[in-house]
Amino acid sequence: MNRLVSFRSKSRIGTTPCSSSFYARLLGSSIDASRTRSTANASDSLATVSRCSSLVPARTLTGSSLFGSRNGSSARLSNLTGHGGSQGVARRFCSDAAAERESMEYDVVIVGAGPAGLSAAIRLKQLCGEKGVDLSVCVVEKGAEVGAHIISGNVFEPRALDELLPEWEKEEAPISVSVSSDKFWFLTKDRAFSLPSPFDNKNNYVISLSQLVRWMGSKAEEYGVEIYPGFAASEILCDDNGSVIGIGTNDMGVAKNGSKKENFQRGVALKGRVTLFAEGCRGSLSEKIIKKYHLREKRNAQHQTYALGIKEVWEIDESKHQPGAVIHTLGWPLDQKTYGGSFLYHMSERQVAIGLVVALNYKNPYLSPYEEFQKLKHHPAIKPILEDGTVIQYGARTLNEGGIQSVPYPVFPGGAIIGCSAGFLNVPKIKGTHTAMKSGMLAAEAAFGTLLEGSNLDSYWTTLQNSWVWEELHKARNYRPAFDHGFIPGMAISAVEHYLFRGKSPFTLKHGKPDHEATNVARSHSPIEYPKPDGVLSFDVPTSLHRSNTNHDHDQPAHLKLRDPEMPTQVNLPEYDGPESRYCPARVYEYVPEESGQLKLQINAQNCLHCKACDIKDPKQNIEWTVPEGGGGPGYSVM
Amino acid sequence: FDQEKKIKNRESFSFWIPSQSNVCCPFKLTLSSLIVARVEHLSPPAKMKIMVAVKRVIDYAVKIRVKPDKSGVETQNVKMSMNPFCEIALEEALRIKEAGLASEVVAVTIGPKQSIDTLRTGLAMGADRGIHVEATGDLFPLAVAKLFKALVEIEKPGLIILGKQAIDNDCNQTGQMVAGLLGWPQGTFASKVVLDKEKQEVMVDREVDGGLETVCLNLPAVITTDLRLNQPRYATLPNIMKAKSKPVKKYTPEELNVGTKSDLEVVEITEPPKRKAGVLVSSVDELIDKLRNEAHVI
Repeated sequence: MNRLVSFRSKSRIGTTPCSSSFYARLLGSSIDASRTRSTANASDSLATVSRCSSLVPARTLTGSSLFGSRNGSSARLSNLTGHGGSQGVARRFCSDAAAERESMEYDVVIVGAGPAGLSAAIRLKQLCGEKGVDLSVCVVEKGAEVGAHIISGNVFEPRALDELLPEWEKEEAPISVSVSSDKFWFLTKDRAFSLPSPFDNKNNYVISLSQLVRWMGSKAEEYGVEIYPGFAASEILCDDNGSVIGIGTNDMGVAKNGSKKENFQRGVALKGRVTLFAEGCRGSLSEKIIKKYHLREKRNAQHQTYALGIKEVWEIDESKHQPGAVIHTLGWPLDQKTYGGSFLYHMSERQVAIGLVVALNYKNPYLSPYEEFQKLKHHPAIKPILEDGTVIQYGARTLNEGGIQSVPYPVFPGGAIIGCSAGFLNVPKIKGTHTAMKSGMLAAEAAFGTLLEGSNLDSYWTTLQNSWVWEELHKARNYRPAFDHGFIPGMAISAVEHYLFRGKSPFTLKHGKPDHEATNVARSHSPIEYPKPDGVLSFDVPTSLHRSNTNHDHDQPAHLKLRDPEMPTQVNLPEYDGPESRYCPARVYEYVPEESGQLKLQINAQNCLHCKACDIKDPKQNIEWTVPEGGGGPGYSVM
Repeated sequence: FDQEKKIKNRESFSFWIPSQSNVCCPFKLTLSSLIVARVEHLSPPAKMKIMVAVKRVIDYAVKIRVKPDKSGVETQNVKMSMNPFCEIALEEALRIKEAGLASEVVAVTIGPKQSIDTLRTGLAMGADRGIHVEATGDLFPLAVAKLFKALVEIEKPGLIILGKQAIDNDCNQTGQMVAGLLGWPQGTFASKVVLDKEKQEVMVDREVDGGLETVCLNLPAVITTDLRLNQPRYATLPNIMKAKSKPVKKYTPEELNVGTKSDLEVVEITEPPKRKAGVLVSSVDELIDKLRNEAHVI
């Protein structure tokens, strides 16, 4: 039976009980957009806050000026007028929602201040400087500051950064630790076997991506890019032709029951002649775009496959610290049927990054990636490194493993998708930062051409396929799908790929089932007994969560929506024994007994790390991750 | 004497709960007769200026770490934001201005170069002007209060609002010291502020240990805000844009003729001792034995 863990609530990481009436009202709004809502106070404010599944057709805004000439980089503020629609109490969220908010216009709006988004912004401004024109570029970021939601291993290949900002070393980028050693271990429960390292990290660096992105943000601001952290893009705005014309930010100050608090602020419409989506893996708006414009079907791409990475940064003993040491492991604690591995990178200042990546197509619903990570730290080869150390930060994020087979067509009317939202991670190299950055740069060049010369944005797709990104991903395409056949076949095929074909193999393997379909029913597996945390090397979820500096304003509607509110108790719990209570690295989902003794799903949305694992792994795809009020979420600084 | 600073657990503000000992409902006590306000100059009512102090501190959601050398708290690569009580102070000032009782809200910050970001946030919330006193190093409340006094003599506001304390040092001294240096009346721990322009006075409900106390202060006065005063507004995107062009005046302590050297020196900062696990005892005798021989309390 599912082991229920209820923990004492701290003020921020508390359990937030959802009363059933609120639940019903909230979920009622997420079921069908076309049904006009009857609950008055839920209608207007919940409308824009809760729903992002349909695209919002914005009415005639400052229509003509939208495509007029730009002068200077300052955005023009304009109020939407002349909507003409009725402003009755029961509103349809899409049409009227756009009417009453302020709009700001830019040439390019970029959603997400990560490596891809900031690379695109910087490249645009560089091109402006080269050609002597000016374009207004705006980047919105849902994290409280640039870098707050950035988490990655990270062994950095500076290839794209060398192209973008060749003087990065002189300009004091936080890239200082060269890779000094590269080890690859196969772990069993008690031993570690050294294997030849398949990686070539000679000219790479061990960095904190969060710090690098923060530095890139300051560089972007020097170029004149406007970056607005603390604002979450929650809606896609499109015109009557169905082209994307921008995004709308979240309403702020909406209470849990949907009513407006005294500090209610309507979201803002950010309109761009080109909109680039750089939301990272499984971006909420990017997924909607891909669905709406059938971007996967457009190039016969497969579904995306994912993995969940859970990471901690430790400060260890000076004597054990070897800056630049890189260790990757395979095997224990994961079994032969589960793809994944761990990493341990020595950064600067006595810090090490350690993490476990578990592919989300695992079959056992009782698997808990978080607990597997805790187990890993006790391995006799890993434990000595961490002993006498302290954990500085904790975090988790999903990453894409689909490679070339899963990249959707990245251009749609009005914009493009860049970075991990499209999915350019090189799985055998386990690096996605450099390809994300390059994709941002290429999209920027295409957008520049579109805005100034009227060329087609599809040129982004062409340049992408002719670039080293595609070449790299093409060579890497068979490694991950090989493991769908099992560990030994996977290793065998990988060896053949690497040593024999050297990337020129004549075949392309396909991915297996989508991750959410891969979960077996609970009765074909037995619960896994995980060891209790010892408080020194392994910890319980609330302790770890505290280290992620996660916070959300507790008085806001839960941002995790259930498409069918009954499904958790009718399907997830009986069939799969509530896997969301195990794979979520933040203990957002808990099955707690009601007064009647029945178990009910409780969503502690305040804990959410924005990792998107639930959106990916929920067996019936019932959980939808939507963006909460801007400024909330984790606060990574060295991840 | 040795000063040992305790790093407080940042997880919650000090939630104040009224004691219910003898009082079944908050009592009002008007102290206007007891408070003597030395009114130095009455600014013309129509042009009252409000000065608000804002401080750049480590964000309240961040887990605090002590530096390995115990000289301070880790501030590198750590998110900084406006002190929550200062946000409440600014919000109150903006509300007073929006009610038509004040003409201008000036946000003041004293700190290093990066404090300008906090000031811009304040301007984005709605303050009209900013003043940045650039001062590096540890500033204790007395130095801050002296700098404030110097600025008050330049700006001549009719009301000063500060947060009751900063969440990094929890001193709860600056507002009181400012009032003392200026000789102005003070209403601290304000949970309600009602300004009466005609009579040039302000009624402040204070959260005190016994309940709520209402004081009536003659203007100009100093108010420090407590948690329940208001809900600060969000800075909207358009306002953030407008804030970029709002004027910010810079000063240094030398220009204001204020010495910031303190008589206090922080010697060491350590984490609070880790809580030891509790021990279950099986009998009263064992308990007594432990109390006598291990804890040495009996």
